[in-house]
Amino acid sequence: MSHYEGMRSPLSKARGLGSAKSGVEHFWIQRVTAVALVPLSLWFAFSLAQLGRADFFAVRGWVHAPSVAVTLVLFIAAATYHSALGVQVVIEDYVAGEAMKLACLLLNKFVHFIVAAAGIFAVLKIALT
Amino acid sequence: MSNETTPAPTRQIDRPMSPFMLGPYYRFQLTSVLSFAHRITGIGLSIGTLLIATWLVMLAAGAQSYNQVVPHLHAWYGEAILFAYSWTLMYHLCNGIRHLFWDAGKGFDIPTAYKSGYAVVIVSLALTAAIWGLAISHGALR
Repeated sequence: MSHYEGMRSPLSKARGLGSAKSGVEHFWIQRVTAVALVPLSLWFAFSLAQLGRADFFAVRGWVHAPSVAVTLVLFIAAATYHSALGVQVVIEDYVAGEAMKLACLLLNKFVHFIVAAAGIFAVLKIALT
Repeated sequence: MSNETTPAPTRQIDRPMSPFMLGPYYRFQLTSVLSFAHRITGIGLSIGTLLIATWLVMLAAGAQSYNQVVPHLHAWYGEAILFAYSWTLMYHLCNGIRHLFWDAGKGFDIPTAYKSGYAVVIVSLALTAAIWGLAISHGALR
């Protein structure tokens, strides 16, 4: 420590000690998807409510509409991403043992990607046929 | 040998341990219960998203496949799951907004945390009631 340490500005002390440019993706994307999911979840819940006791053709017709299909894809993408990040934190908090934790983290990512791919493919199949 | 010479580590220490703390020793507060609920509803919604994807896959597979799902949707357990999903989603959404305010450094003081906590419970229940009012007016639960 040099004798003039106290004269350095907070910025110059912080410089070179690492940036917040990376390493915060988990925290940040969790928040970005959270904000996106506020309108998307409200839309989804109230749309399903409006479908009421709709039969196969009515539900399929609803998904077939371009605006609905696009919003559904956005909802599935944001929900599965947010869910994968959230479950990851729960695994990191509660699963003991490195091997078991790694296995759970891998399984978490795989299952969420499968759910996202299957859900989005189903919507697109209905929308494009 | 007298009891006084017994070394400390061999003595039975009768101390309540973590899980047994809940209830008799740890007093629950609204704020901590809502915090546990945020995580539990989050896990519930992960399962809900899996069910939604399954529902969409069955819908895309055609009328025959989808009509195998319909009886489950209208069964008591299907309606119970839908009801649970709707409140779970609204709760996690409202409490998530509370978390976003905390992330912005706002509302951390105890009185505000309690007020926002009660607001989350009331608004999530009101939104759930609105969803089911709309659903019933469109023929649900019939």
